[in-house]
Amino acid sequence: MAAGRSSLPAPAMAAGAALATILVLALTLGTLGAVFHRAGGAGGFVPSDWHALRFTVSQAAISAVLSLLLAVPVARALARRRFAGRKLLVTLLGAPFILPVIVAVMGILAVFGRSGLLNDGLAWAGFQRVSIYGFSGVVLANVFFNLPLAIRLILQGWQDIPAERFRVAESLGFRSGDIARHLERPMLWSRAPGVLVTIFLICLTSFAVALTLGGGPKATTVELAIYQAFRHEFDLGRAASLASLQFGICALATLAAARFTWASGIGTGLDRPVIRQDAAGLGARTRDAALLVLASLFLLAPLAAILIAGLPRLSSLPATVWQSALRSLAVALTATAATTALALPLALASAWRVLGRIPGRIPGRIPDIVAALPLASSSLIIGTGLFLMFQPFVRPGDIALPVTVAVNATMALPFAYRALAPAARALEADYGRLAASLDLRGTARLRHLTLPRLARPLGFAAGLTAALSMGDLGVVILFADDGSTTLPLQIYRLMGAYRMEDAAGAAVLLLGLSLGLFWLFDRGGRGDA
Amino acid sequence: MLELDAIRIRQDQFTLTAGFTVAPGQRVAVIGPSGAGKSTLLSLIAGFLAPDGGRIRWNGTDITDLAPGKRPLSIVFQDQNLFPHLSVAANVGLGLRPDLRLSRAEQASVQSALERVGLSGLEMRRPAALSGGQQSRVALARVLLRARPLILLDEPFAALGPALKAEMLDLVAGIAGENRAAVLMVSHDPADARRFAPDTVLVAEGTAHAPQPTAALLDAPPPALAAYLGQ
Repeated sequence: MAAGRSSLPAPAMAAGAALATILVLALTLGTLGAVFHRAGGAGGFVPSDWHALRFTVSQAAISAVLSLLLAVPVARALARRRFAGRKLLVTLLGAPFILPVIVAVMGILAVFGRSGLLNDGLAWAGFQRVSIYGFSGVVLANVFFNLPLAIRLILQGWQDIPAERFRVAESLGFRSGDIARHLERPMLWSRAPGVLVTIFLICLTSFAVALTLGGGPKATTVELAIYQAFRHEFDLGRAASLASLQFGICALATLAAARFTWASGIGTGLDRPVIRQDAAGLGARTRDAALLVLASLFLLAPLAAILIAGLPRLSSLPATVWQSALRSLAVALTATAATTALALPLALASAWRVLGRIPGRIPGRIPDIVAALPLASSSLIIGTGLFLMFQPFVRPGDIALPVTVAVNATMALPFAYRALAPAARALEADYGRLAASLDLRGTARLRHLTLPRLARPLGFAAGLTAALSMGDLGVVILFADDGSTTLPLQIYRLMGAYRMEDAAGAAVLLLGLSLGLFWLFDRGGRGDA
Repeated sequence: MLELDAIRIRQDQFTLTAGFTVAPGQRVAVIGPSGAGKSTLLSLIAGFLAPDGGRIRWNGTDITDLAPGKRPLSIVFQDQNLFPHLSVAANVGLGLRPDLRLSRAEQASVQSALERVGLSGLEMRRPAALSGGQQSRVALARVLLRARPLILLDEPFAALGPALKAEMLDLVAGIAGENRAAVLMVSHDPADARRFAPDTVLVAEGTAHAPQPTAALLDAPPPALAAYLGQ
């Protein structure tokens, strides 16, 4: 076979990719190993662990199925209607991905909680108040986060049906039922598995949701059990065996998900409705309108509730909240730098095979696999492992923030990589030869070609990472003391102390900072391009 | 002098062999049926592909293992010759110094190269703000500035109209003359070959044949070329 020489990497970039690979392996598999090593092998499982496993899998499965079932009619309504604000609505559907979990949970509680709007309504009408803590609350929050994702993924499916097919169907006199049978259901059958497995995977690792809305022996996820084993009992053996359990189910789900394109459903153009004669009737139009209003209400009411409760408190927040906000900003910005430094060389490495020696063979897939590893890990395991590695030397509170940075940087890597890799491949395909013929290498190439051409996906990836890290309520809770409390953790503590007004004010601050960071980075990438 | 010594490359079902020389200042057209390997031949010489056998030499020095940017040549592609995010001046300046740290004198030579191809005053434009012909001129200004002794053209003017294409070929001829550079030009159009290149390499049936006089070849084409030309 002939070799493509132009695709051979510069030594510095190859070293960068190798270093990133080693770091990711150490952070994902290495930390798992550290937990095992310290535990002296897996401890035995107790019955409650199996219950946690059942709860984890069933809440994820039911959340995935519910999200999908609810998403189909809403996506259909979006696909076939044109109305003012449609574009905005589609954009908003992308927002939950970067929404801090703790903020959304507060909003959900404000609407559906014991003293929320829904229960007030029920009580007013003479019904019993309902509690959403436990299984139903966890599922509700999961659906809140993943319904928009499901809608966007399925909407994409609808828009991938060529408009010509609808025209052919129309010319053949198809009715709605015929269109559903010949065009829509085949599309749904092909998309549904990918959507299901993607949401299932996300819900497997939704620690913050389980922490805030679950708990108790009946509603404990595996991750929550790791947290309890570590924090309350300091039973490392149990934490280790639970960690392996979590890694096992996540790895299985990731492998299953890898067979489908788990598109993130963010950042793609979805603003092209298909005009359809078959759905022009008053009944269909009313039904679609009602669905869209209901879905929007479900997604926007919790956020509106938080804004209404929190905005007036913003000016009188305690100093500790502002201090933790600054700390979170520092964590988010450091994690963003780290993730970018990991993702960029990996993404560039993934492009080498485009003109490379081994097209499509395993070595060319290594960056893909490395970047997907964090999906199979759990932030709790990474955090516990890192703590155990450094434990002989430091106090937990001292490494709470560095560990949080490392965990956030690792967990955001798959998403940053997904944003960068296609652009890096296109860059090599379009300009690799020209750059090689002009001897454009090393820093000159980075400065004059790579960074300017990748500014947009880089900005998007950085914004995503910053927002995810800013809003993360995960591993920090294992170690943090008063001097290392992040803003999400501060909100969690305020909620625990029933200082709900301060919590709402801090939630508005967190929401603003998360969305603001995303906007700034994303905007910056567009401006430079 | 460019020397292809028993060059052999295999890609899937496709093979190409080449063994010939090109003299300094010689202008050679490369023609042949689609998929015969014209672009592969240029990619081998430019260094984007490594041959499975044989050596490529320049003035007796083996350049087979040299990186594309280190070879004594400039190449102009069918498209993607310019970086869209860089100004016209920067795109040309890259030909002198890839890190774009241009001295006063180097900036002046960028300027005069752009003047030479008729683009004065457009230095700060982005490629997207130029016409197709102007974009070709920018690429040629860079070729002029690099002043390498071998110029490879991989159908860079295929998208231009006949008059504009003729103009570009004259410009290439002028630039090659100034640098005493040899030119290999892939073309689909026999008229281009007649106009520009006294000699022609025929690429057909797995072989890149040694250059032969263009007029004679086109007047009495061998069967493979005749079929391609529709004669």
